[in-house]
Amino acid sequence: MIVSKKDIPNLLDKMIAEYEVIAPVKKDNFTVFKPVASGTDAVVGEGNTKLPAKELFFPQSEKLFSYSVTEEGTKLEAPMDDKKKVLFGVRPCDARSLKLLDNVFDNDKFQDPYYLTRRENTVMVGIGCNSPASTCFCTSVNSGPFDTSGLDLLLVDTGDAYVVELITEKGKALADQAGLTAASDADKTAAAAAKEAAVVTCQVNTDGLKAKLDVNFYDPIWERIHEKCLGCGACTYLCPTCHCFDIVDDAVDCTGCRVRNWDSCAFPLFTLHGSGHNPRTSNKERYRNRIMHKFKYFVDNFNEIGCVGCGRCIKNCPVNMDIRVVLENIRGSEARLDS
Amino acid sequence: MQAIAAQVKEAAKKLLEDKKVDLVVGFAEGSLPLRGTPFFARTPEEANQLTWNRGCENNLANFLRKREGKVAVVAKGCDVRSIVALTKENQIDRDNLYIIGVPCDGMVDRKKVGKLLGGKEVLEVVDQGDTIVLKGNGFAETAKLADLLHNSCIDCRYGNPVVYDELIGTLMPEKAEEDFAEIKAFEAKTTAERRAFMTEEFSKCIRCYACRNACPMCYCTECFVDCSQPEWIGKSAANVQDNILFQAVRVFHSAGRCADCGACERACPMGINLRLLTRKLVKDVKVLFNAEAGVSMDDKAAMATFAADDPEPFLVKE
Repeated sequence: MIVSKKDIPNLLDKMIAEYEVIAPVKKDNFTVFKPVASGTDAVVGEGNTKLPAKELFFPQSEKLFSYSVTEEGTKLEAPMDDKKKVLFGVRPCDARSLKLLDNVFDNDKFQDPYYLTRRENTVMVGIGCNSPASTCFCTSVNSGPFDTSGLDLLLVDTGDAYVVELITEKGKALADQAGLTAASDADKTAAAAAKEAAVVTCQVNTDGLKAKLDVNFYDPIWERIHEKCLGCGACTYLCPTCHCFDIVDDAVDCTGCRVRNWDSCAFPLFTLHGSGHNPRTSNKERYRNRIMHKFKYFVDNFNEIGCVGCGRCIKNCPVNMDIRVVLENIRGSEARLDS
Repeated sequence: MQAIAAQVKEAAKKLLEDKKVDLVVGFAEGSLPLRGTPFFARTPEEANQLTWNRGCENNLANFLRKREGKVAVVAKGCDVRSIVALTKENQIDRDNLYIIGVPCDGMVDRKKVGKLLGGKEVLEVVDQGDTIVLKGNGFAETAKLADLLHNSCIDCRYGNPVVYDELIGTLMPEKAEEDFAEIKAFEAKTTAERRAFMTEEFSKCIRCYACRNACPMCYCTECFVDCSQPEWIGKSAANVQDNILFQAVRVFHSAGRCADCGACERACPMGINLRLLTRKLVKDVKVLFNAEAGVSMDDKAAMATFAADDPEPFLVKE
């Protein structure tokens, strides 16, 4: 199927009648995902949004339930966001990050209703990357600029139009509902050519990385790697796959709510025990955990690397801590670790 | 810049070869255009990686607190002001710190570059002195350096390090007194307007604390936002009032200590105008106490001084 670029606002307006449509919108110097009131508000086809798509399914602060205790008794309310949504214009790396997060929020031990309800009710309309940025390394982490994993529809930019690829039944239903027309053979050829022409120049070699991380917990290299890291949470909060959280009660007297907030392994408080003991005493242990979680523990648990190569951490780190360089240094470390 | 980079390298190498210091904290080439990255050289060979460019924007004083052994630092004007302030607070032992001072006329603000290029990605940069050529896929744009500098650099009057053991490059002429125009404009707004502005800015805050962690003066062993018993402040970023409270407390705590280096604003991934707040306090301290943080080893820190003849105009209604 196909939709011309100038028809995108109309297409979105049609969807807005049926769904909450979330799309990238301009905010200062960057774009963020926001529900749009009109199709013209959407900025489709720019680079990655500042904050990743995870915030739409796993918000930075989420009210799990609110409660009040009065003379009449106890009142408990658990809100559930079950609106029908379309996430329009998401990049393949962000869509894939949700497939990775599904492992965490939906497994044989636990199913998170808040996350899963949003996932089930959201149609994912992705847009492939004709010009990946220099910080993109999706092809090094089992993905690519036109990866359809996690998507229901994929838009391929052919200049004046997007060729729409139907990935799932859910996507097909949305495309039918929107009344998209069929793509000609020429359009399909143009889409194939666009895919062919898109090159991810940045490669990160992950060969042997997992094997190294399996044994290098005490490698002296960690002493040096973390040295310039400020210990802030910018990389974790802007990361599409970082998913650690903390649960707190915001309460006054007998009225309050239980809130789930993003947390970051970069913070000292993250592992601080009630006793006052902290098993991760310094930034070294905290930074090591971030790398270990993505490239070892996630692989151990789910057989996937917990990184989609979006490059947000590289672009936004205040001290240019570059995960590509870090991984290269780890791979290159020649310390004897097997004894 | 290249000449300065070479001299930085040589100075660091010599210090390490002569075993005058165990460590040189400076900058290496970053992995992105216009980006220097903090670097720690412990051998003369490692010192070869040191450099100097328009992207050496971090305040390296942040890495110098409570260091063991002899340390050297490659420090521009604002880094040195923070070093002076930290020395007065007993966080740095001046006897164990060797300052390689580098006069600095400003670092490039990548957010301004992004704005100029409308989101196009810079892949290569050619520094031509007063102009900079920004190159990317299918474009090359020449921009004036002055248009791309951080606002804190444009306002800075202390590009020349106020203290150093060795100077690289040449001292620059003094700049005119700053006029705090944007602070005066902010002060002229009504309370409601100021509140609206703060609410808008801090709705962007994601509470990553990059501002706090990038600030050389933010070094409390336990920051009040991290304390959970008692919980001084809500942990949720969705509450804009709490975001404002966090920043307000941080900024007040740095009154008379803040060197206006802009590290907080540079670190903020969300582009919040943090310097408006820090600079308001810089102005207040200057107006009320005629003091500036870290400009002299001899002055006492403004908020750590008691004077019997302090007029205290904010307490006494005359």
